[in-house]
Amino acid sequence: MSALFESRDLVIPGDVLYEGRIRTGDNTHRSEGKVSASRIGLVNYNRDVVSVIALEAGFSPLTGDLVIGEVTDIQLGRWMVDIDTSEEAVLNVPDAIDAPFNPDIDMTRILDIGDTVVAKIVDLDRRRTPILSILGRDLGRVDEGFLMKLTPSKIPRLIGKKGSMVNMILNKTGCNVVIGQNGRILIHGRTREQEEMAVKVINKVENEAHISGLTSRVQEYLRILKEEKR
Amino acid sequence: MSKAKITTKKKTTTKKTKEKTRFDGRKANELRPLKIESSVLPNADGSAYIEMGRNKILVGVFGPREMHPRRFAKPNEATLRCRYHMSPFSVDPRRSPAPSRRDTEIGMVMNWAIEPAVFLEKYPRSVIDVYAEVLEADGGTRTACINAATVALVDAGIPMRDLVSSCAAGVIDGQIVLDLGDYEDKEGEADVPVAYLPKLGKITLLQMDGILPIKVFTDCVDLAIDGCLQINEIQREALKKKYGISEEAEE
Repeated sequence: MSALFESRDLVIPGDVLYEGRIRTGDNTHRSEGKVSASRIGLVNYNRDVVSVIALEAGFSPLTGDLVIGEVTDIQLGRWMVDIDTSEEAVLNVPDAIDAPFNPDIDMTRILDIGDTVVAKIVDLDRRRTPILSILGRDLGRVDEGFLMKLTPSKIPRLIGKKGSMVNMILNKTGCNVVIGQNGRILIHGRTREQEEMAVKVINKVENEAHISGLTSRVQEYLRILKEEKR
Repeated sequence: MSKAKITTKKKTTTKKTKEKTRFDGRKANELRPLKIESSVLPNADGSAYIEMGRNKILVGVFGPREMHPRRFAKPNEATLRCRYHMSPFSVDPRRSPAPSRRDTEIGMVMNWAIEPAVFLEKYPRSVIDVYAEVLEADGGTRTACINAATVALVDAGIPMRDLVSSCAAGVIDGQIVLDLGDYEDKEGEADVPVAYLPKLGKITLLQMDGILPIKVFTDCVDLAIDGCLQINEIQREALKKKYGISEEAEE
């Protein structure tokens, strides 16, 4: 009937976190009355639930997530998009051009195989296949910039509380940064220096995401980078 | 009663140290030097590199991703696919790079040893690929592959019930020894590779190459499990090392 770790301790799959009655939260499982971790991460004890904040985890799609993907296939009336999930996402024609599907339209003109696309998950179907949409502001095919990859579990740290971290990076570097919840990041700056700076900062966030006081350290880091440039 | 147990234990340990050392200078219950590193391949979802004695093995994990061809996907759970491969230069004389019957078998054995520890039911219709490439072989590669594959799976963020630790024990010149090298493997009477889930206390792999009396066999298994527990500690350290800064910073 007790917690076997302290909150925010690093735990490894199989570690017994709690013995007794408690609800199992994210990345935990119960076996033989004990609650164990199932991913590497930081343990979190609440009053009635124990969970693990994963440090390594794949992307699990949720409705409303903004994702960046690559078009891998064109079928009749839909595109298949790779968004790093266990199953490819589907983008149907009505979700792309706001008009019903018509066999006469040239789908490759809207999105071709190999195109990078910023999309939103509007639904998960019965088999939990993500359904995408590119209707909306700042969604659709990407024509410029470059992509970076991050562990999807660290995306919340990169965004920060109410977007504080990403806004800071946007303001200080002057780059346009689009963050997909699936761990792909689109960066587009006016100059190469700006883009390099953004990459350095994002790498720092990835490496130190699990250490507290991240925002202030990144702020300091940005200041140093700016001084170096001068 | 507990006191008596302790004294008997002491006796056996002193007896073992008196026995002759092995050809590479190890004690009977000593592991080879073991080094594991996680996240070594940037393009894989998870990866690990292991050096177990002179074994050098690289493991990459990809997935969960879509199964191709689709009809092989299981509708209720993910498929785990392990590929074991020995590089042509991993042994002397050079071996053919084509996958041999032995490679396929060890891949299957790895699969069976790791599968019980993975939450496959969380990713229906998909596949998790584990590629183990033996760069240098020195006996006991299957156990080393399983050790590295576990670390790589955790690094890939795949939910696991427990870590899988694996180690062999065997008999050479009538003496039970732990973690056999290539020479002992070939010259010894028998070897018993074991894969073990330390937290759950379950054996997921148990093979025996050779013939042993039941008493000796159970002793071998016990010794191998002992080795697995030691290896488990090193696996945990390898996984924690990547986040090493965190513990110091927080304290």
